[in-house]
Amino acid sequence: MAFPQPRPQAPQLPQHLLRTIDCQQGAVRAVRFNVDGNYLLSCGSDKSLKLWTVSRGTLLKTYSGHGYEVLDADGSYDNSQLCSCSSDKTVILWDVATGQVTRKLRGHAGKVNCVQFNEEATVILSGSIDGTVRCWDTRSRRFEPIQVLDEARDSISSLKVAQHELLTGSVDGRVRRYDLRMGQLHVDFIDSPITCVCFSQDGQCTLSSSLDSAVRLLDKSTGEMLGEYKGHKMKGYKLDCCLSSKDTHVLSCSEDGHVYCWDLVEGSLSLKLPVGKAVVQSLSFHPSETRLLTAMEGRVQVWGSEPEETMDDPTQT
Amino acid sequence: LQYNEPLKKPIPLHEQTVKDEKGRYKRFHGAFTGGFSAGYFNTVGSKEGWTPSTFVSSRQQKAEKHNARPEDFMDEEDFSEHGIAPREITTSQEFSSGHRDETREKARAVNAQAALIPGDTLLEELIAPAQSSIGVELLRKMGWREGQGVGPRVKRKPRRQQPDNSTKLYGCAMPPAGSEESEVGEEEFAPENVTFAPKDVTPVDFTPRLGLQGLGYSGLDPGLALLGQGASEHINLFNPQSETRGQLFGDKQKHTRRGGVAGQAFGVGALEDDDEDIYHRDSMSRYDTVLGGEEPGDGLYGWTAPQQYTKRKDKNKDALYLGKILEGFTLAQKPAEEKTIFPPPILPRDYRPVHHFRPVIQVSRLSGVSPALAEALKSSRGHMTKDEPQQEGRHQLDSGQRRTLLGEETLQGPTSVMELLRPEDRERLQNIRNSSNLPPTKTTTSQTSHEALRPAGMSAGPSALSGVMSSSTFKPFEKNPSKQARYELYLNRLKQGDKDALEQSLDLGMTEWERSREREEFVRASILYRPSSSSLSSRFTRAKHQEDEDTVEVNRDQEGDVDDKQAAVKMKMFGKLTRETFEWHPDKLLCKRFNVPDPYPGSGVVGLPKVKRDKFSVFNFLTMTENRATPAPPKPAESGKKSRWDVSGQTEDEEEKKDPLSELLSAARNQTTETKLDQTSSPAVSTSVSSVQPRDSKHEVHCQK
Repeated sequence: MAFPQPRPQAPQLPQHLLRTIDCQQGAVRAVRFNVDGNYLLSCGSDKSLKLWTVSRGTLLKTYSGHGYEVLDADGSYDNSQLCSCSSDKTVILWDVATGQVTRKLRGHAGKVNCVQFNEEATVILSGSIDGTVRCWDTRSRRFEPIQVLDEARDSISSLKVAQHELLTGSVDGRVRRYDLRMGQLHVDFIDSPITCVCFSQDGQCTLSSSLDSAVRLLDKSTGEMLGEYKGHKMKGYKLDCCLSSKDTHVLSCSEDGHVYCWDLVEGSLSLKLPVGKAVVQSLSFHPSETRLLTAMEGRVQVWGSEPEETMDDPTQT
Repeated sequence: LQYNEPLKKPIPLHEQTVKDEKGRYKRFHGAFTGGFSAGYFNTVGSKEGWTPSTFVSSRQQKAEKHNARPEDFMDEEDFSEHGIAPREITTSQEFSSGHRDETREKARAVNAQAALIPGDTLLEELIAPAQSSIGVELLRKMGWREGQGVGPRVKRKPRRQQPDNSTKLYGCAMPPAGSEESEVGEEEFAPENVTFAPKDVTPVDFTPRLGLQGLGYSGLDPGLALLGQGASEHINLFNPQSETRGQLFGDKQKHTRRGGVAGQAFGVGALEDDDEDIYHRDSMSRYDTVLGGEEPGDGLYGWTAPQQYTKRKDKNKDALYLGKILEGFTLAQKPAEEKTIFPPPILPRDYRPVHHFRPVIQVSRLSGVSPALAEALKSSRGHMTKDEPQQEGRHQLDSGQRRTLLGEETLQGPTSVMELLRPEDRERLQNIRNSSNLPPTKTTTSQTSHEALRPAGMSAGPSALSGVMSSSTFKPFEKNPSKQARYELYLNRLKQGDKDALEQSLDLGMTEWERSREREEFVRASILYRPSSSSLSSRFTRAKHQEDEDTVEVNRDQEGDVDDKQAAVKMKMFGKLTRETFEWHPDKLLCKRFNVPDPYPGSGVVGLPKVKRDKFSVFNFLTMTENRATPAPPKPAESGKKSRWDVSGQTEDEEEKKDPLSELLSAARNQTTETKLDQTSSPAVSTSVSSVQPRDSKHEVHCQK
């Protein structure tokens, strides 16, 4: 006798605000989950990078060393290292436990907008306003990048790394996908400056949001548009977009203070999270659960699918 | 200094000193040459100072003659490496090897200048003492003799590889085995325990061959020439196949062509038969050597009669010629080709070779002139101010009028291709043409469809199309219908002679800059592309597949296909139209770090190999130059010509990319004319609209809070 299959759950949306963390970092430029989703990183305009727990919202460590605003950060797969980039044109590799600067990578000609580790944290890739993506080697002690990708004609606003692919979005309106295994570069023309790009979990599609207030889902192999999501407002700011952990929904920040969540297949708006009044700057989805982080002004909000009753902790900052 | 190295503490001024080995402070006279100190605490000599030699002469002790050498007055510095009398240890003449001593040679050369015969040291070089170097002496003492090799002694005499020069052996040499026969055969080497000295090494001559003769060439063998084996026979140089000649030049031929007429003027001796050939003329071909012979057989090709008969004719011809034949030349076999000369045309009786220029050009009469040109011509004045508007000179006729003048009949047959068609087809064509006259729709798909439908019936005779507007056959701005409409308006106005045609045709809704661009474009389009209602264009037909990098859009942005892409994006037709694929070479280390096999293992190129990049880019100069040069090196410019839709290895239109510097400037210019953008420098959250702006978009940059 076989047990009946568990009923497939309807895809859940992170509609409940679980926690608000006041980061005290000036404005939070980016908020990121770490690789397992238990910690979050907040990049502040006061040149600091802070590490918090998600469950309780406690501040674990502050990393100081940048000379200017921190614009993006990423954690390695083993949670031992962090990388962050800043308007001071540098990329810093941090040791998580000690908080020391392991490497300070200089080379970009302008502020570095986005940074990410590769899967094994052997390479840091950073994209900058000077139009180049630099691949830095964390293993060696070289100061020069392994490779500089300068095909873009304008600022690189966002980049994402998958197993053997690198996706970059640029203000020149093009999404470039560098395939290391095939040795090819695919350029998709979107015509409007791109603010954020990301891969889908299944690796078949790419999502890109642009300044014409549209988020587009493109097929990776052919470049065809599979879906277009509109309704939010993205006209002048570099805001984030992402896919949910199971690729069921497309989420995007908006300048009207909401986070828009569309059904990926249908394209209809499923959820409109009222975050606040100001621009929602950044967002990040949990790698496996239905949990969302958003950043607006100086605070970070944690959203989940179910409201938690045991959350109000007096020790939260 | 590396960037991250700690800085050394600066040395204070009082410690920036140099002391010599005795602890004396060195004073640097002259620019840091290492310096010579001015003696011992600024005195000369040593601690004791320089004491002059005393002069004592008495009855008992006479004064000694002090022959003071210059070395007596020198101190250590002078004897050191940089001093005036450096002492160094060198090998003496008897111990030095045969190596040339350059200083000695230089000295000798200098000396030679002052010799009796300046510059000539021949005598000394001829009469040089026989010196053997110390190495040779040592070897001799150890038992070496001239001609032997150096090394451990060998048992058997090594076998020679090439016993004689006449046969060439290819392949490997015979092994030194087979000793029994050789030893038995050679009676000289009887006992077995005798060792021999190794064979001497023949020195290889490394002088380069400077001659132009090529491989395998060896000149005259002087041995044979002067004495040699061939001395008994006479060496016939002029016969290429002569045996003796071959031997002299070292040829290995055994079989030479026998027979035939060999001797020429040279080499005809008293005892030889061929005296008739004495006066034969020489030719350079006789001096060619040929390896292995040229023709198979004897070159006679079966001719069995004596050769004299074939050659005799030539000579007779030459001899019979009455004029003078230049030396080295002979009469040709075939006569030269005759040139056909055409007589000049016959002039009519009343023809006067005087030409008068017609000053005024009738604009309206001329066909094939663009409207702008027509306008220009109309407004200009020729040299002659006579206005002859209605006069029809001989030159203003068209073919029909000329036909009537000449009194010819009109050509029979259909005047238009339309008459050849069946009536149904004619109907169909008319319908299609009428539908094509409608304003074209926006989508490119329907455009291509109706272009395909547009028939080749455009090449109709003058009877058919006279009523049709010019726009039906020629549209420079097909893709932008409103622009096309404005252009047509402009053309019409031009035709009417409207002076403000350009200004009136522009769209007032556009910005000033766009208007000026349109203005230029219209003018250029009108000049370059003529209207189609001329008879010339009626002979041409539209292409079925209109290429997109079309010559129609005159002054467009150099990246013509961006417009296509933008149009595609507007229509949401992503995919083939918006995607480009390039061959991209990742760095080897990058592949290694990503755990991915290198897709191009042999390639030394990193980046896009097939895309030509601008060598000068603004970003090249924007980089941090701490340890290295520009991190964005110019890629190799290797732009192949491939079609745009070629997936693998395309060329991006990089060479048409505008120089970012000029884009910067034009962008800066735009910003001043357009609405003021609030660009503050405080930390902006926005997408920074950086130095290069996309042309059509306007972004406002806010700052948060």
